[in-house]
Amino acid sequence: MPATSGDLQLSSLTKRFGPFTAVDGLDLTIPQGSFFALLGPSGCGKTTTLRMIAGLEQPTQGEIRIGGQDITFDKPYRRPVNTVFQSYALFPHLTVWENVAFGLKRRRAEQVDKQVGEVLELTELAGLAKRKPAQLSGGQQQRVALARAIVNKPAVLLLDEPLGALDLKLRRQMQVELKRIQTEVGLTFVHVTHDQEEAMTMADTIAVMNAGRIEQLGAPAELYEHPATTFAANFLGQSNLIRATVKDRQPDVATVALPTGTVRVPADRLPAGVDEVWVGVRPEKISVSGDAGSEQAASGPNRIDGGVVTDASFMGVSTQYLVRTPWQQELTVFEQNRDGSGIHRVGDRVSLSFATQHTFALDAGQDAEAGIELDSEVVG
Amino acid sequence: MTSAAGPITAGEPPASAGLGAKSRRRFAGVPYFLLLPGLLWLAVFFVIPMVFLLSQSLQTGTLETGYRLTFHFATYSDALSSFGHQFLRSFEYAFLATLLALLIGYPLAYAIALKAGRWKPVLLVMVVAPFFTSFLLRTLAWQTILNSDGLVVRFFRSTHLISLTRALGWTNGDQLLNSPLAVVTGLTYNFLPFMTLPLFASLDRLDPRLLEAAGDLYATPLTAFRRVTLPMSMPGVVAGTLLTFIPAAGDFINSQLLGNPKTAMIGQVIQGYFLRINDYPTAAALSFALMLTILVLVSVYVRRSGTEELV
Repeated sequence: MPATSGDLQLSSLTKRFGPFTAVDGLDLTIPQGSFFALLGPSGCGKTTTLRMIAGLEQPTQGEIRIGGQDITFDKPYRRPVNTVFQSYALFPHLTVWENVAFGLKRRRAEQVDKQVGEVLELTELAGLAKRKPAQLSGGQQQRVALARAIVNKPAVLLLDEPLGALDLKLRRQMQVELKRIQTEVGLTFVHVTHDQEEAMTMADTIAVMNAGRIEQLGAPAELYEHPATTFAANFLGQSNLIRATVKDRQPDVATVALPTGTVRVPADRLPAGVDEVWVGVRPEKISVSGDAGSEQAASGPNRIDGGVVTDASFMGVSTQYLVRTPWQQELTVFEQNRDGSGIHRVGDRVSLSFATQHTFALDAGQDAEAGIELDSEVVG
Repeated sequence: MTSAAGPITAGEPPASAGLGAKSRRRFAGVPYFLLLPGLLWLAVFFVIPMVFLLSQSLQTGTLETGYRLTFHFATYSDALSSFGHQFLRSFEYAFLATLLALLIGYPLAYAIALKAGRWKPVLLVMVVAPFFTSFLLRTLAWQTILNSDGLVVRFFRSTHLISLTRALGWTNGDQLLNSPLAVVTGLTYNFLPFMTLPLFASLDRLDPRLLEAAGDLYATPLTAFRRVTLPMSMPGVVAGTLLTFIPAAGDFINSQLLGNPKTAMIGQVIQGYFLRINDYPTAAALSFALMLTILVLVSVYVRRSGTEELV
């Protein structure tokens, strides 16, 4: 893909700290004007990647280009890049106005007053211009950090876990606001986060990173519905992965054998050339029914019979079940509370069913546990 | 106190509001009670000696016949007209020593705070180490360092720096000892830790991520220093310069051991009047005048540097 005017291009970007490889040969093109998220657990190399783009870290190998221009070894203050730091790093001795004007003044920009005023308006900080950072709330400080960066209209805006320090409610609000601001100013946003929900809410494109490499890249819905690796399947939302063997491949659909019974998987969602697979299905795609037997048509959804409910947590909008299969694996099921019908109780015998098109298969050579629990980790 | 009383009264039903108010009244005296030791200390060690000194400066008489308070203000004008030179010289030397200590202490504190890494504690101990020996001994050591056939003198002579300093009147003939240069050097040396430590404290608190942020916002390292590091270390600069300037202006050891009669400072004069001449009123008047002058200078300085919260 040829780079257009302002695309950010990383080619075989590598960073090693002694024997540890933090970022391992990253190749990435981020189109101008897009909202791009680097998503991964702490220690996956996403922040190091960001710091290399900002010029705060020197790559061991590889190249960084913006709009075709090589900036790999440029000093940070010479790059058309600005960062919203995780800690905000606001200058405590300067007012909000002076913080926002800092970059413009260094570049001897014209009409500093007007530009700062506009950005303060955009970030709803106009009334706070004379305050010092210590006199602001966390959400306001976050907006100052954002205003201070976007006022410079950088070719690329880097956001390092920008909402990490905010509480859940404020974080939701800022997610919407960030997206609005990005749409309004039309800058390229590169957003680093370990919060999969945050990435999915805001980004046009997500790159899931693990151990210094990109596991999968795509639009949020595509990544969620078509995870390519067990890590992506587990890190982005939850997945039930069941060990299975491919029995029969037809042009459009394949049949795979579970420990008991078989399910059908769309042929295009089956890895080529391997017969040992993990069959995956998302918890909310499964429906639970009493163990009545044959109410579903034979050609219809995939079924797992003979399950036993081992845990049921009613959460209002939905109920989360753990169902033990005949081969003693516990599967997670989210059932929407759509009709207010009663919930299944612990010990009930149930059947699970899910549509063929919601079933995917991954190479069984991977660790089924990869990416589990990592998303709830607190970033240090 | 308010934080303790707040939760009791807040959100309480009106019926028991009287109880809340009463318990608050009962504890209202506590803060003043807790202030007592501090106030007592200030009274005994600051206010009483100060009143005593002021009264002493307005008395007349001799040690043999005894002193009587006669509100003899002429002592002030007599003392100041006799020792105006020493008075001005004290401030001049203290100013130079403060400036030099700032120029040496800032890079030192900066290096220790931001560049020393794991050597930080060792270097800090080295800054404080001179305090392990007495002030007097350390100043005497400078006599040896600067004496007429020492390395420093030889360096000054071989580079002909000595002719420059002599022309400027900083040195005494072709000697370094017993000169203004020696006195200012001694003052700088002796008060350097008082400059370095507050500077270190304020630079050590500086978040290095702020410098990254400045770089990210197009500031060169030099601009980042001018716009972020320096303003944020101003409380340290003000504290350090005060802690150096105030004792240096009243110092009487350095000029006595490293200077000559033409470098006498006001502290030396005061010491002489108290201990040798036993003219207590003149000594007290000079002390009081010195204190007032420093107080005025310091208030102007602190107001100017915009760090009122420091004092």
